[in-house]
Amino acid sequence: MEKDDKQRIMLEKVLKEHNYQESALLEILHRAQEIYGYLDKDLMMDISGSLNLPPSHVYGVVTFYSFFKLRKSGEHVVTGCLGTACYVRGVEQIMEAIEQEFKLKRGGSTADGKLSLLLTRCIGACAMAPNIVVDDEVIGKATKEVVTQKIREVLGGVKAET
Amino acid sequence: MEKECKVARTGCIGTCSVGPAVLVEPGDYLYQSVTPDKVREIVRDHIVLGLPVKDMLYKNEAYFQKQHRLVLRNAGKIDPSRIQDYISAGGYSALAKCLATMTPQGVIYEVVTSGLRGRGGAGFPTGQKWSLVARSHNTPKYIVANLDEGDPGVFANRTLAEADPHAIIEGMLIAAYAIGAEKGYIYIRSEYPLAIQTLQKAIAQAKAMSLLGEKILETSFKFDLELRFGAGAFVAGEETAILASVEGRRAMPRPRPPYPANSGLWQKPTLIQNVETLANIPLIVQNGGHWFSKTGTPKCTGTKCFSLTGKISNPGLIEVPMGITLREVVFDIGGGVPDGKKFKAVLVGGPSGGCLPETLLEIPIDYDSLTKVGAIMGSGGIVVIDEDSCMVDTARFFTEFCVDESCGKCTPCRAGLARLKEVFDKITHGQGEMSDIATLEKSGVYIRDASLCGLGQTAPNPVITTLRYFKDEYVKHIVEKQCVAGKCFKTRDEEELE
Repeated sequence: MEKDDKQRIMLEKVLKEHNYQESALLEILHRAQEIYGYLDKDLMMDISGSLNLPPSHVYGVVTFYSFFKLRKSGEHVVTGCLGTACYVRGVEQIMEAIEQEFKLKRGGSTADGKLSLLLTRCIGACAMAPNIVVDDEVIGKATKEVVTQKIREVLGGVKAET
Repeated sequence: MEKECKVARTGCIGTCSVGPAVLVEPGDYLYQSVTPDKVREIVRDHIVLGLPVKDMLYKNEAYFQKQHRLVLRNAGKIDPSRIQDYISAGGYSALAKCLATMTPQGVIYEVVTSGLRGRGGAGFPTGQKWSLVARSHNTPKYIVANLDEGDPGVFANRTLAEADPHAIIEGMLIAAYAIGAEKGYIYIRSEYPLAIQTLQKAIAQAKAMSLLGEKILETSFKFDLELRFGAGAFVAGEETAILASVEGRRAMPRPRPPYPANSGLWQKPTLIQNVETLANIPLIVQNGGHWFSKTGTPKCTGTKCFSLTGKISNPGLIEVPMGITLREVVFDIGGGVPDGKKFKAVLVGGPSGGCLPETLLEIPIDYDSLTKVGAIMGSGGIVVIDEDSCMVDTARFFTEFCVDESCGKCTPCRAGLARLKEVFDKITHGQGEMSDIATLEKSGVYIRDASLCGLGQTAPNPVITTLRYFKDEYVKHIVEKQCVAGKCFKTRDEEELE
């Protein structure tokens, strides 16, 4: 409960910073997602009330932009860059290797909620293609071996042997 | 022995394939693939003894020789986090010149004379756009700088923002003075955290020095600047969609007219300009439009930044004069295809660009020549494709991208692209028929001609150009069920369809 209050206070600060302007909806959603991790129904209702916007408008915006998440993602997040340069340089094979080894599908998480595998259209590091982002670290000129090893490391190395 | 040596962080030099890179001045010594151990050697031999470490120097001189760096003039040279660096490189003197000696009309005149065209892709004459907004009596007026570099495979705007943020801000200030705007937004995609940080810092520094805000350089000119973040929508780069997004709505394009120059943000006159276009402005003001028009070709002046990627020996960010040939870019600067593989095609203009074969490499790079062969300038993406890639699969990949990114507002784009993708799925799973080729051709033309915005109008380009230049691969897939690159006819997707 305490934690919730603290998050709400942070959100209020953000709203105030933006003067409760409707036009700052995207910035507010960005910050709200930073604070809460994802945007659930209650949070969207809260924001719609604060900005005096219909809930449908807020939900419409959230679902239009792929950056906003409606569900909590895993403790660790791996993002594959599916930009043109990465595709041409074989990111697909790395994604398949991750899916196989860690038993999850792109867009989803492992059953234990430890790992999510997401896709992005381009992180703009094309000269280093293929790129995979493990948590916040960009791995350029990625190979299956390097990436799966890195993921095992962030997961704590437990899963590696099975 | 005492020697003073300043160690500075800079933006990207553009030689991404041999990073990390270290530049030692004076003398422009560029060291490649530097490691902590190698740094010790550089300091000992080069800095202390004055003997450059030859075998660690960047050897590919051709990479820089054919380039002409105007927009990227400061990239790799100044510390982007210090406004003082930008100022001592001549920064903000163009703004000072405008405010002290030029009328708004005079500024527009120079931009018209320069022949500069929008670098976001469409190539609309910049000076003409400025006159349109300037002429409107409706106030307030706005400026939106487009840094929503959504094209996968492109990173020129990101590099510019990270290496020389003040060039963008100065360009915006000059534009604001010329058209009479008092408020501007830089719309930047959220996938670029470092660029956001760099710009935030630059804006704060400019404000602290009274280069933004009220009474700029002690004149009556005022201009305020805010950042707006994208959230992962390719279509937001379209000029009416970006307006919707800045206003906090879904980034959906609307029909034009009215054009943003008359009715843009909150129905007020708005100038929308790509950040690369804006970074050219201080140079034009400083040196005159006539000086600028001498670079490039008569109809297409200046330079263009290109992100050179894919199967190429020297990937990176380059800036070349307009009119250079594709062959010079791919082979002389880019060093051709690595690992002894054969060049197959070059994709020019991002996911809705065209795939061009080797026979077309002699064409000059300018808006009109590229459009003639079915490609576009777009935001300057050049992706080289070698014999390991299948052209049918490549066209399928881009179509899938555009299906994902279509906003869904108009039917040709929403339904038409989905139809194209169905046909591609059929062909790449071995169920293609010869009539599918005609379906692709016909639908592609319909989508191109009937869609509302640039996304739909250019989305079929990869399909149309691969059909034009690589039809034999389609036929092989359909008749012989063969993929020359061994990419197609997998069964995984079929399972997923269930």
